[in-house]
Amino acid sequence: MSDQRLFAATLLDPDAPCPDGLIAWNGSDPARRFAVYRNNVVVSLIEALAETFPVTLELVGEQFFRAMAGVFVRVAPPRSVLLAEYGEGFPAFIESFEPARSVPYLADVARLELLRVRAFHAADADPVSPEQIAHALVDPERLPALRVGCHPSLGLLRSPYAVVSLWAAHQGIGDLASVNPGLPESALVVRTGLEVQVIALPPGGDALVAGFVNRLTLSEAAARAVSAHQDFDLTAHLALLLRVGALASLSLPTETLP
Amino acid sequence: MTMQSPCEPSTRGASAGEGARRRPARAGIGLKPQHFTEILATGPDLGFFEIHAENYLVAGGPFHHTLGRIRERYPLSIHGVGLSIGADAPLDVAHLNRLAALLDRYEPQSFSEHLAWSTHGGVFFNDLLPLPYDQTTLTRVCDHIDQTQDHLQRRMLLENPATYVEFAASTLDEATFITEIVCRTGCGLLLDVNNAYVSGVNHHRDPQAYIAALPLAEVGEIHLAGFAEDRDAAGAPLLIDTHGAPIAAAVWELYAFALDHLGPTPTLIERDNNIPPLAVLMAEAQCAERWIGYTHDYRAEAAA
Repeated sequence: MSDQRLFAATLLDPDAPCPDGLIAWNGSDPARRFAVYRNNVVVSLIEALAETFPVTLELVGEQFFRAMAGVFVRVAPPRSVLLAEYGEGFPAFIESFEPARSVPYLADVARLELLRVRAFHAADADPVSPEQIAHALVDPERLPALRVGCHPSLGLLRSPYAVVSLWAAHQGIGDLASVNPGLPESALVVRTGLEVQVIALPPGGDALVAGFVNRLTLSEAAARAVSAHQDFDLTAHLALLLRVGALASLSLPTETLP
Repeated sequence: MTMQSPCEPSTRGASAGEGARRRPARAGIGLKPQHFTEILATGPDLGFFEIHAENYLVAGGPFHHTLGRIRERYPLSIHGVGLSIGADAPLDVAHLNRLAALLDRYEPQSFSEHLAWSTHGGVFFNDLLPLPYDQTTLTRVCDHIDQTQDHLQRRMLLENPATYVEFAASTLDEATFITEIVCRTGCGLLLDVNNAYVSGVNHHRDPQAYIAALPLAEVGEIHLAGFAEDRDAAGAPLLIDTHGAPIAAAVWELYAFALDHLGPTPTLIERDNNIPPLAVLMAEAQCAERWIGYTHDYRAEAAA
């Protein structure tokens, strides 16, 4: 085993003895000094997770979150030097983390926070312009075949819990006590300009957006939305998606609109 | 690109701080998202901003938007924390490619990395881990710096580390090890004065003698930061390089000592944790500029 391999393995294993070959000028036990590295690694990674998942932290409290994140850091340390990407596996870990079972919506709130960070750093793209929309509407007969491209920042979370209301209550929007966590909500996450937005989609809206993400045509996506919710309002949904800049391209079968 | 070597007395000083010449010998601060709005609104009087490369290896959004606007108005230093130059494994070429793209995009006056390792077996530890100072490590670190400078088509600055342990396997002292690296690779030096102080206390060596033994003509930038105090198993002071506190009086003193040997040098106020209001960092930057102002400019004199 190479020195660095041993050093690395010991960093993430709190029970492993201090690696051999380390010394201190005063002959003191190097384990105490080595512990500084171990602490730096684990604490800085917990801190990175706390930054990505602030509402998850608030929901369970600082102490619980740090303990849970500490377990995660040791079983799933980052595989990328880009810490903004760290925590992809954290929501699934939360779901399997026995002590967090009493907060069943916690994993979905974490999923929502992950979508927010992704949206924040996602590639820039211009939302569709009024001219593009006007062009798409020139020939109404072709409209059903329209394909809508989503903004790179767009994320969709369909949850059996009131994820948006829970998240919003922690932003000072609404009252946490009045939120019924058991009501299903679908979250649309998108960056409008430089601002990441979290929007609760009305019923059927999740099916429409999922259809767009999967590159269905407008008529196919709308049909799914209607079958999910018979009073689905396509016009209102398209207006919402356009208003928040969630759509980045419109294309008809024979052409790509400028 | 030929690198001037500090090994040859005729060139000593001639390549002095390549980065320093291209940006004024002033103080800068680390660019933090907490301060984006205030910086753009007020345009603080600073010599430069520094970013951690890895925070900006994202596709788009507010980080790039803000950095682009700040770059129009200020010199920039890009500081890598994830290349793992000391790793006993090949450098990550995909990461080098991403760094090259970032440097192309923002054309910083300076690029620096650490004498440390931070990845192993695909895991990123988010910490700067220590190296034994022996011939095997020296060869490997030099190879990695050669590869980095070739790949990025520019000279890099190497930062001296803050360490908490030493290795029984070391055969060279740190200053000799760094001097050899600078000699062999032609890289410059980022002198972290706080690291020099922290390691000096932690390993019971004289930080002034350590600094004096470094190839000072190759210093392109200085870092100043704060530390935390702990104790080792024998109760001796063990300083932790936290970047989370104001710069200590002893580090300011050591900075003045370093400037006496270096002449005016671009200096970063480095704060990555417990980020204070912009005004607090500005005050530290102004303090550094006062020290720079007191410093006799040997280089200007030599050039005159």
